[in-house]
Amino acid sequence: MTTLQIDHVSRWFGNVVAVNDITMTIGPGVTGLLGPNGAGKSTLINMMGGFLAPSTGTVTLDGQQVWRNEEIYKHIGIVPEREAMYDFLTGREFVVANAELHGLGAKAAQKALATVEMEYAQDRKISTYSKGMRQRVKMASALVHDPSLLLLDEPFNGMDPRQRMQLMDLLRRMGDEGRTVLFSSHILEEVEQLAWHIEVVVAGRHAASGDFRRIRRLMTDRPHRYLVRSSDDRALAAALIADPSTSGIEVDLAEGALRVQAVDFGRFTTLLPKVARDHGIRLLTVSPSDESLESVFSYLVAA
Amino acid sequence: MYDPTVARLTYRALLGRRRALILGALPLLLIVISVIVRALVGADDQTASDLLGGLALATMVPIIGVIAGTGAIGPEIDDGSVVYLLSKPVKRPTIIFTKLIVAIAVTMVFSALPTLIAGLILNGNGQQIAVAYTVAALVSSIAYAALFLLLGTVSRHAVVFGLVYALVWEALFGSLVAGAKTLSVQQWSLAVAHKVAGGDLVTSDVSLPTATVLLVVVTVLATWYAGQKLRSLTLAGEE
Repeated sequence: MTTLQIDHVSRWFGNVVAVNDITMTIGPGVTGLLGPNGAGKSTLINMMGGFLAPSTGTVTLDGQQVWRNEEIYKHIGIVPEREAMYDFLTGREFVVANAELHGLGAKAAQKALATVEMEYAQDRKISTYSKGMRQRVKMASALVHDPSLLLLDEPFNGMDPRQRMQLMDLLRRMGDEGRTVLFSSHILEEVEQLAWHIEVVVAGRHAASGDFRRIRRLMTDRPHRYLVRSSDDRALAAALIADPSTSGIEVDLAEGALRVQAVDFGRFTTLLPKVARDHGIRLLTVSPSDESLESVFSYLVAA
Repeated sequence: MYDPTVARLTYRALLGRRRALILGALPLLLIVISVIVRALVGADDQTASDLLGGLALATMVPIIGVIAGTGAIGPEIDDGSVVYLLSKPVKRPTIIFTKLIVAIAVTMVFSALPTLIAGLILNGNGQQIAVAYTVAALVSSIAYAALFLLLGTVSRHAVVFGLVYALVWEALFGSLVAGAKTLSVQQWSLAVAHKVAGGDLVTSDVSLPTATVLLVVVTVLATWYAGQKLRSLTLAGEE
C-alpha cells in the first residue's frame, strides 16, 4: 500500500502562482490528473517526483518527505514528459543503465523491456525510435526496480491509437497489481478510459476529485452550445425550439448561422438530424462552439 | 563516491559526436604548430617555454577544461535527461564526484598528453620544460574541471561564461594584470611547474604553498557546492 499525500501545497514562480493550496491523497490504483494545458499539472507532478520544492506545504510518500530525499526513489518510477533521454545509447543500454543506478542488473532491465514489449528494438539507438517507442523505453526505465508508485507526465502525448491502447493496458495492469499509478492528461477521453479516480486541476487549483462518473456528469450536465448552418435556418430554429432539449436559439445574421443552446445533450444530438430530415432541411454545419477543455473545466469550477 | 554507471554515461556523452572533434582539434593544432616551429626555429628552450606557456597552458587547457567540465553535466541539465540520474537512489555528491573524475580524466588526456608531446617535439624535454608544463597541465586540469563542472551545474550559459573566463581572465588578465595573477589557475599550476623545472624558464607570480592551498580549496569547494546545487536542482516543466 503506497499513498502519496499532497498537503496544502502551493508553488509560485516569482509573481505567478502555478499551484495554489492543493491537498490530495493518491492511493493504489490508477488516478488521472486532469486539467487544461498550463493548469499546473506538470508543476504538481514535478513536486510529487521530488524535482521541485513546494513553496509551502509538503509532499510525502507513506509519511516520508519526497523533496531532497534520494532514498525515496527506491519506491518511485518516473516517466517524464520531456523527450531527451541519452539518445546515443541503445534502448537496452539505457534501461540497463537505469537498472544499475538502482543497484540492479541486466536481468531486471530485460524484464522491464519485455513488459513494455520493446525487446524487438532494444539494440537500436534511441535516436532512431519513434515517439511511442521512446515512451515505452521510458516506461521500462521507470519500471525496472518494480516501484510501488508510478508517476507519468502526459504519457499519451504523440502516441498513435495502437500504442496508446498498449500503454493503457499496461497501466491498468499496474493498477490492478495494487500499485499507485498517477498520470496527467489534458484529454478527457484518455482519463475516462483509464482512471478509476480522477483529480482535476484548473488554473493551479484543485477543482474536483473523486469517481470519474460523478465528475463526467458534472461536465456533461451543462448547457451545450452549437453553431448550426442549414438550408433554412429559421424553419429549423422553429422546429428545434419546440423540443424541451433546447433552451435557446439565436439567429446570428452576421454569421448566417443559428446559435443553439441545448440542455439535454444526448437528446439534442439525436433530435437535430431527425428534425432536419422531417422538414426537408439540409444541415450544412453542426459544430460545438464551446467544447474546448477550458470551457468544460470552467463549468466544473463553477459547479 | 564513484558510480561506474554515471561515469559510463558521462564518458559516452562527452566523447560522442561533435564534442570529441572539438576536444581533438586544439591538441592537434598545438602539435602541428610545434612541428612547424621546431622545423623553422630548431630546438630552443625559450621558444618551447613560450609556446607551451602561451598556447598550451594559457589557452588550450582552460578551453578543454570548459568543454569537458561543462559538457559533463550541462547538456543533461539543459535537455532534462538528468532526470534519469536524479530519480535514482544515488547520492547527489556521488553524481558530481563521478562526473568530476570523468571531466578531469578527459581534460588531462586532451590537454596534458598533447602538451607533453608538443614539448618533446619542441626541445626534447630540455631543462625539463616538457615535463614541467605537462605537470602544470595535469594540475590545472583538476581545478578547471571542478570549476567548470560547477558552472555547468549552476548556469545554462556555462560554455559562454566558461570561455570568457578561460580566454579573458586566464589568457589575458592572468598573464598581464598583476592582481589577477594570484587568482588564476594558470599561475597556480605554473608555481608547480616551476618547482619541477627549476631554473628561470618557467616562473609563476604565486608561491608554491599559496598555489597548492588555493588549488585544493578551489577544487574542493567547487565540487562540494556543485553537489549541493544538484541536491536542490529544480526541473521546471515545459509549461
